[in-house]
Amino acid sequence: MLKIKDLHVSVDEQEILKGLSLEVGEGELHAVMGPNGSGKSTLGYTLAGRDDYEVTSGSIEFDGEDLVEMEPDERAAAGVFLAFQYPVEIPGVNNAYFLRAALNAQRKARGEEEVDGVNFLKMVRESLAELEMDESLLKRAVNEGFSGGEKKRNEIVQMAVLQPKLAILDETDSGLDIDALKLVADGINRLRDGKRSFVVITHYQRLLDYLTPDKVHVLSGGRIVESGGPELAHRLESEGYGHLERASA
Amino acid sequence: MSQTVEQVQGVIQKRYAAGFTTDIESDMIRPGLDEEIIAMISAKKEEPEWMLEWRLKAYRHWLTMKTPNWAHLNIPAIDFQALHYYASPKQKNRPQSLDEVDPKLLETFDRLGVPLHERARLAGVAVDAVFDSVSVGTTFQKELKEAGVIFCSMSEALQEHPDLVREYIGSVVPHTDNFFAALNSAVFSDGSFVYIPKDTVCPMELSTYFRINARDTGQFERTLIIAEPGSKVSYLEGCTAPMRDENQLHAAVVELVALEKAQIKYSTVQNWYPGDENGKGGIYNFVTKRGDCRGDDSRISWTQVETGSAITWKYPSCIMRGERSAGEFYSVALTHNHQQADTGTKMIHLGKDSTSKIISKGISAGRSNNSYRGLVRVAKKATNVRNYTQCDSLLIGKTCGAHTFPYIEAANASAKVEHEATTSRIGEDQLFYCRSRGLDEEEAVALIVDGFCKEVFKELPMEFAVEAKALLEISLEGSVG
Ligand SMILES: Nc1ncnc2c1ncn2[C@@H]1O[C@H](COP(=O)(O)OP(=O)(O)OP(=O)(O)O)[C@@H](O)[C@H]1O
Ligand SMILES: [Mg+2]
Repeated sequence: MLKIKDLHVSVDEQEILKGLSLEVGEGELHAVMGPNGSGKSTLGYTLAGRDDYEVTSGSIEFDGEDLVEMEPDERAAAGVFLAFQYPVEIPGVNNAYFLRAALNAQRKARGEEEVDGVNFLKMVRESLAELEMDESLLKRAVNEGFSGGEKKRNEIVQMAVLQPKLAILDETDSGLDIDALKLVADGINRLRDGKRSFVVITHYQRLLDYLTPDKVHVLSGGRIVESGGPELAHRLESEGYGHLERASA
Repeated sequence: MSQTVEQVQGVIQKRYAAGFTTDIESDMIRPGLDEEIIAMISAKKEEPEWMLEWRLKAYRHWLTMKTPNWAHLNIPAIDFQALHYYASPKQKNRPQSLDEVDPKLLETFDRLGVPLHERARLAGVAVDAVFDSVSVGTTFQKELKEAGVIFCSMSEALQEHPDLVREYIGSVVPHTDNFFAALNSAVFSDGSFVYIPKDTVCPMELSTYFRINARDTGQFERTLIIAEPGSKVSYLEGCTAPMRDENQLHAAVVELVALEKAQIKYSTVQNWYPGDENGKGGIYNFVTKRGDCRGDDSRISWTQVETGSAITWKYPSCIMRGERSAGEFYSVALTHNHQQADTGTKMIHLGKDSTSKIISKGISAGRSNNSYRGLVRVAKKATNVRNYTQCDSLLIGKTCGAHTFPYIEAANASAKVEHEATTSRIGEDQLFYCRSRGLDEEEAVALIVDGFCKEVFKELPMEFAVEAKALLEISLEGSVG
């Protein structure tokens, strides 16, 4: 599904990812952990195709295609979804309208039929209900004035509606209360159908308790420095990253 | 990977769908401006004697005036002697009904999306179509007449309702007001005239569509709307012109009079040819628009969506003369490439307890410059006046400019004048967020801009809100950033 090989990425001439390799198979859920500033969000942005995140060497293969050459909207249509660490506000743009425009733009790009208003509403309502979000959020402007937790849940609603092949969730658990964390985890688990793949960036064991990842990776200094099973996350939780800094220095 | 703002900017060119020319013979008065020309215009229109006198007075005053030199506009000198002040499509006789109008003209308006003939005309909207200097026809005349509403071209009004015209023309914008208002008063050719009788709610939207076609001409239309006590009307104007290398001048005057408890809503969707991406050609749009809330509890509301013209200079204004009268100004002004816009409003409070509201949204892209200039003046005797001004600028790319010039002159201490202003660059964050969800670059920009303009769009009549939105999208093509 996703094959990243020796990836080097620079932002403003500064190298942030320094030879990152990662493979995520079909239907797998991988957790990526690591200290602040280690490059986790950079990885997410690079996968989604953000401007100014320049791939200087290495490769990203997604579903057999070269992702690096694709525009962000092409990647979205191909099935890449990034849940933002800090979801963006778009004043004046209706949340439901936005999501439907996005869904239909993707479908159009894939040569599929557009979804009409009625069916769309049905889809979103379902997702909203599952995440116990108030329907009034649909009528508000995208993320504008949403609480931190509402913004994160809104990302999961978008994911549920857009049905990507690969979802990268960047600290979607940060800032959620205990109940919301459970809802978000359930939302993710519902989408795990044995085909869809996930990269879950997190700082906390809590979310992983619900998700049981296939693999856990530690990103430090722009590289994956350690990989293991779920037990690795437990170890990090108790030991922290102290030992890594010396290792990567 | 994806391109940067600067690379994308300017790659795709802006499309101007209304840029075609109609091949029709034109009856033109020789170029130049003098008293003889003015007499010829007046004679062509078979005007009453007093109208010619009025024109000549304005002309003589204009001669004493200097071309204005505005701080934030870069306006090349205009040779007023090189222009034609009158051009009309050649027709044997003045058509008595739309059936007699030259099919080429009807076709032109069809292509512009403003069908005039009975079969296709817009439901619920009466249209007066002005081609160069003359009105070619007005739809729904009969229905309006039944309601007692007069909606016709200015030329026709001068024939049929000279006393009404005489009473009100120049009463809101005197010929001495400014350089272009004086010029317009001397040479105005056509425009729309609206009269809504007492306690009448106009049964449909009224609209005028202005089209410049002939070369080297100026369009000087004059519009007058009179709303008698207790009446209500919504009026909309739209404008386009062919793509030409030379600049063309459009200097209009619009006067609105709202008597006691009357309400006038005036909306503009302005899409004059803006010039090409190098700043060649385009319309100079120098317009004086003013509404007089003459009666107590009257209300005048201006809504404008300005996307066209090489240079736009206009300040639709309200004079709140009546007690508790209200003025409103909602504006979206978009500039792209080398366009320049200096627009805003004046709210002059003379009456007690009068209120005004200003919502201005400026969008600049390319190398354009967009200025908001707003004056709120409160007279000494006007107690308890309230004004709220919100003025937001959105920049697309890094080579454009936005400027805000609010002027407040409050001579009465009880006035409450609030002003809020923001300037933001269209966020890379917002763009990327939209694109990561599947929208392409242009869809993303259009969506963000649409959101930015929401407060103004919701003031437009429904059909036109859709048109305005589409227009913005087209105008933004290639501006991406
Ligand atoms: N535009 C930029 N210019 C220079 N450095 C940048 C830029 N953007 C990000 N960085 C740096 O890149 C590094 C990685 O940032 P990134 O956001 O990927 O970290 P992270 O692992 O997601 O951290 P956190 O856990 O705090 O979210 C940081 O040191 C950050 O300061
Ligand atoms: Mg991060």
